[in-house]
This record gives sequence, C-alpha cells and structure tokens, in this order.
Amino acid sequence: MKMMSGAAMVVEALKDVGVTHLFGYPGGAVLDIYDALHAQDSIKHVLVRHEQAAAHMADGYARATGKTGAVLVTSGPGATNTITGIATAFMDSIPMVILSGQVPSMHIGEDAFQECDMVGVSRPVVKHSFLVKKAEDIPMAIAKAFYIANTGRPGPVVVDLPKDIVNVQHSHPYVFPDDVTMRSYNPTVKGHNKQIKKAVASMLKAQRPVLYVGGGAITAEASAYVTKLAELLQAPVCSTLMGLGAFSSVHPQFIGMLGMHGTLEANKTMHNADCIIALGARFDDRVTNNVDKFCPHADIIHVDIDPASISKIVNAHIPVVGSVDKVLLQMLDHLVDNDFSGQKEKLADWWQQIEEWRSKNCLDYDQSTQVIKPQKVIQSLYQHTDGDAYVSSDVGQHQMFAALYYPFAKPRRWINSGGLGTMGFGLPAAMGVQFAHPEAMSVVVTGDGSIQMNIQELSTCLQYGLPIKIISLNNRALGMVRQWQDMNYKGRHSHSYMDSMPDFVALAEAYGHTGIRVDKLDDLDEAMARCFATEGLVFMDILIDQNEHVYPMQIKYGAMDDMRLSKTERT
Amino acid sequence: MRRIISVLMENAPGALSRIVGVFSQRGFNVDSLCVAPTDDESLSRLTIVSQGDDKVIEQITKQVNKLIDVLKVAVLTEGPHIERELMLIKVATRTELSRAEVKRNVDIFRARILDVNANNYTVEITGTSDKLTAFEDVMSQCADIIESARTGVCGLARGDKALRP
Ligand SMILES: Cc1ncc(C[n+]2csc(CCOP(=O)(O)OP(=O)(O)O)c2C)c(N)n1
Ligand SMILES: [Mg+2]
Repeated sequence: MKMMSGAAMVVEALKDVGVTHLFGYPGGAVLDIYDALHAQDSIKHVLVRHEQAAAHMADGYARATGKTGAVLVTSGPGATNTITGIATAFMDSIPMVILSGQVPSMHIGEDAFQECDMVGVSRPVVKHSFLVKKAEDIPMAIAKAFYIANTGRPGPVVVDLPKDIVNVQHSHPYVFPDDVTMRSYNPTVKGHNKQIKKAVASMLKAQRPVLYVGGGAITAEASAYVTKLAELLQAPVCSTLMGLGAFSSVHPQFIGMLGMHGTLEANKTMHNADCIIALGARFDDRVTNNVDKFCPHADIIHVDIDPASISKIVNAHIPVVGSVDKVLLQMLDHLVDNDFSGQKEKLADWWQQIEEWRSKNCLDYDQSTQVIKPQKVIQSLYQHTDGDAYVSSDVGQHQMFAALYYPFAKPRRWINSGGLGTMGFGLPAAMGVQFAHPEAMSVVVTGDGSIQMNIQELSTCLQYGLPIKIISLNNRALGMVRQWQDMNYKGRHSHSYMDSMPDFVALAEAYGHTGIRVDKLDDLDEAMARCFATEGLVFMDILIDQNEHVYPMQIKYGAMDDMRLSKTERT
Repeated sequence: MRRIISVLMENAPGALSRIVGVFSQRGFNVDSLCVAPTDDESLSRLTIVSQGDDKVIEQITKQVNKLIDVLKVAVLTEGPHIERELMLIKVATRTELSRAEVKRNVDIFRARILDVNANNYTVEITGTSDKLTAFEDVMSQCADIIESARTGVCGLARGDKALRP
C-alpha cells in the first residue's frame, strides 16, 4: 500500500481518474496541493488569471471532449470566484469537478482568514458536493466526484478540501477505489420498452413529424443515431442553441435553430407539427415562447435522461427516460423492420409546406450598405475556416449571429453558454478547447462588452502559446440590451453603450499578441485571411453596424411561430 | 392541495440542506418538515408537508429524487397512510376553573399532562395535524396558551408498502 500525504493523494487520485489538464490558481489553503503538483508532470496545470476563467476553461475543455473538466482553487475568494463558472456549467449540464481549498477543519465556522462555506455557497449550482473530513477519504471523494459529474445528467461537483487534511507533513495509506457504486445514485440510461414502443408507433403514424434536438444528444454522443432516425423518418430536424452540430447543419433535412431567435421554418414546422420528437432538449423558455400556445397539434415524445426535465414545462404525451443514444438505439431496433419506401411520399405535403417557409429566406440581411454587417463577418469566418473550427462564443447579439450564420456540421464544435448566458465565457472556453485540441482551430466570437469580462486571460494565452483567433464584433454597445431597448423601451438606451472603449488592437499587442482592426467592408476578407495566416493569437476588432438587430425573433407572449422577421415585418 | 412527501436519504452531512435548498430554490412551499435517522442509522427519513397541484408535487418528487443523497421518495397522501404529529403546549392555569377545564379537555382528547406547576400545565398530545389544531383551539378557550411546539407531520404508508433502500 502506498503511503502519501493528503496533497499527494489529491494529485494521485486526479491521475487515477484520468485528468490531463487542471485549470487553477494557487493560494494559502492549497499550497500543499500545489507543492504536490510541482513534483509531477503527468497532469498539466494551467495557471489562469482569474478563477472564473479557470472554471470556463475546464468547461470549454469538457464541451469539446466530453471528458470532465478539472479546476483547483484556493479557499474563500478563490472559491467564490468560480461560482459563475460553476453555475454556467450547471445550467448546460457540463461535467466538471472543482477542487477548492478550505481553512483547516478545526477553524471551520470561526470566520477564519479566507474562510467561506463553499459547499453552502455553491449548493444551488452543483450536481453534488463533498466536504472531505479525513485524508483517507480523499481518493473516494475524488473518484465519486468524477463519477457523479459525468454520468446521468452531467454537472459540476465541488470537492472542498480543508488545509489540515492535505498537509504534506502527514502520510496516509492511498487506496484508489475499484468501484464507486452508490445505493442512492443509479441514473437510468435505457428507455422503458413500453414507452419505446409507444414512441415508435407515434412516429410511424405521424404525417407532420419533426425532430427537436438538444444538448443531450451531444452529451450522449448520439449524432449518428439522430441522423439515422431523421433519415429513416424523412423528418425535418431543428436544433436548440445547445444542440447545434448534433445533427449536421448542412444536411438537407436541417431546418435551423428553433426558439427565440430560431429560423422561421424551424418555428413554423414545430408549431404545425403533429409529432414532436424531443431528444435531450428541455423546452426552455427561450424555445417555447408562450407555453399556453405551444405547438397545439403535436403529440410530444420527450426523451431525456433527467426525469425532472420531462413534463416540467410542457406536458409530454410519451415520456421516455434514458440517455439519447441508448434510447435511439432501442427505437431504431424497432424501426428498422418497417417498410419506409412510402415515407417520402407520405411526407411530401409536409415538406412542400416547409420548403415554402424556407423560401422566405428569413436569414437574409441588407447587403447593400458599406457598413460591416455582423452576419457578413460570421459568413466570412465560416469561409476562412472551411466551416470546421471550434467556435466558442460570448453572450449577446454576436452569439446569435454565430449560431445562425455558422452552420455546424459536427457535434462539440459550438461552445456557448446557453442556459446561464454568461458574458465572459467565450475566451476562456476557447482556451479550454485549445488545450484539449492543440492542433484544431479554436475561434472566439465575442462582443466589445463580453470580451472585457475576462480579457485578462490574454495573458494566460501568451504564457501557453495558445493560437486562438478572437473575432470581436465591435458595435460599441451592449448590443443585445440595446436591441431590447429599441423594441421595448422606445429606443431609450439606458446604459447599454460604452463611450470609453479601449483600443483593442493596442491592448492585444500589450498582451503580446497580434491585433487587427477592420472598419471597412472591403477590407474584411483580406483581414480575415491574414488573421488565419498569422501564427499565434490574433484579436480581430471588427467595427460593425451599431444598429443591427438579430432576426428572426419571437414576439413575447405569442406562439412559437409569432415572429418579427425584421425591424418592420412580422409573421 | 395538502400532500405528505416522505423521503429516504443518506444520513450524511449536508443532505438536509440540499433538500431544503430544492424547496426554497424552486419556490415549493413547506408547511412542516420532520427528520430523524431510521432504524438503519446510515439512513434518515424525512417527512415534508407541502401544498401544490399534481404538477407541482410531481416536480417536487422528481427534483428531490434527483439529489445524489436521496434513495427513495413517496407521496404518502396518494394512498392509505398513517400520519401523526406531536405537540407540546404550555398553558396558564391560574384559577381552579381553568385547571379543571384543561384537565377535562386533556382527557377528552386523550392528551397527557407532562409537567405541573403552580401557574401552568404542559400538555403532550399526539394525532393528526387537524386534531392538534382543534386541541389548540380548545386550550385557547379554557386557558391562556404560553407557548407550544409541534414536531411536524411524520407518516408511513399503510399495509405492505414501505420505503426501503
Ligand atoms: C455576466 C452577464 N452580465 C449581463 C448580461 C446581460 N447581457 C446579455 S447580452 C448583453 C450585451 C452584450 O454585449 P456585447 O458583448 O458587446 O455583445 P453584443 O450584444 O453587442 O453583440 C448583456 C449586458 C449577461 N448575459 N451576462
Ligand atoms: Mg457589443
């Protein structure tokens, strides 16, 4: 039996669960753990500049790989700084483990220096948490934390480690558990056969089916099955913001993102469908619009690994609890024996209708002006990356433009904070992506507001030589806020603009990177080419039309398909 | 509608705060909450009385079930069940008349006087919440209530049904 200190156990257990990257920031309570990290080189520690960014990096890493992201921070402010990052991961069901230092056990509750009840503070935004009381418990706590984080509906797990138990002066036997089964935690992954049969019957009966694909399909690595089902049924497929890429956006059956800024054809198709097949989606308010008017004609089949997501917002006629991949396999098993030769003909009317909606080209925008349109920038980005980049996004108009104008052909390529909508997520997330895939193109689409929420990480990028390309859609405004003010507050722009923008090019250069400013449409293409031809990180400060709005957009209190199509047109 | 939700969970630190957290975080209401270890010391049994329609109660049970420390959740009011609550109530008994009245009602309600002092009696009563409330009313009519404490409801399903790990 190996004898080691608590700190060494932490590092050893992280190796045993397969951690490759640890995003962190040191401080008093974790100095022993940092000392143990110093003595090894199998885990790469990434020194961030702000703990929130550490959590977002681990998150980006997890989204790009499916593996659990790992974070190490000190007690008190180090721990509380991660909360936004943890909440972001929680809302989007991202597997993450956060190791936080804690004051020595005997001082817990005394308001000791840098004491904060991390388990308490994080409780509403974690899947689970552990306060480790004995050094011997460290391997089991870490093993369980990683198991819980990345099974069932994934989520962040906090492991709080009091300083005395990780003390390097004391040795304890290290035993990594072979088995972490828990009597109180057995997530259901396979669907109930009776429900599968009902669902299959409903799909086969449907005249106007639609697949509504969410982030759960990505988590479950179910893309191949989603595609198979869609192709068998010949059904149109729409995706949530979180699900983009689970089904290829360049597939002819793909009708776009649905919801608040969804395409006309996606929202119309949903609203008129007679059978909605929801796969790992949760009927979020940014999708449904007014629930009372939601898809009145449809039988709803809802596949989700989290029973609490089913019938929470919208009643599911056929609930199926299970992971999307396993359930789809079961469904496909039942379906393959059917004769689908008449399917195309059966759905001919449906497709004719959908094509009519599609032909409205709801994503068209004004290309007659010389100001740079954000849509144009994203399209240019798509061309210059051959549609094959990992695109991380911040939050705002630029996020929606990226989601709508960069078709994702593969899962895990679109990395954004969908549930919490966290500005400041983009850059650190893209860094996590780049650490996970050093050879890949990792791009951030951001705004002049969002980028300033974690801009200090440009320093981390320099330290680790991350060749990230930052595409900043600079509209000199908190554009999305401004859009709502234009629509709902008679254009009163209360605190949604910034009149003291930094010189982003100079800023990028100050951090040791390349900055490129683009303020003329004619320069865009060449500048984009230069960006991707340049080695290392490039910050593209692109001055875009300040008055552009994101359309289509659902009209508040309406049905799914009640939409504004431009500043003047409605459905 | 009033429902009794029974939860079997790990007797682990923090487990209770997680359950209470689900209620406050999601806006579910709690009328009473009663918790203690079971015959198996590693487990705790928690009984919550809440109000809500079927949809709300379904969400409560699902959200509570989702907690890692929770093994089983059942809504007792969905079937035949037994429920009991205990109340201790201290009443001022300054006159002969009020002492007699309190004693008489204690007998009628099959309550028990646990503590007798010159100026007050402390009474124990067990029963359904309604019975306890009725007793409280009666006490307030024949004496001044000084203070009272109720445990909150605890209950079990009737018959063979049981919450076991
Ligand atoms: C941390 C945080 N604070 C506030 C908001 C509210 N919010 C949503 S979008 C937005 C404006 C974002 O501005 P910018 O990054 O410049 O993007 P734009 O909309 O202009 O493209 C704000 C303030 C948020 N989502 N996150
Ligand atoms: Mg902006």
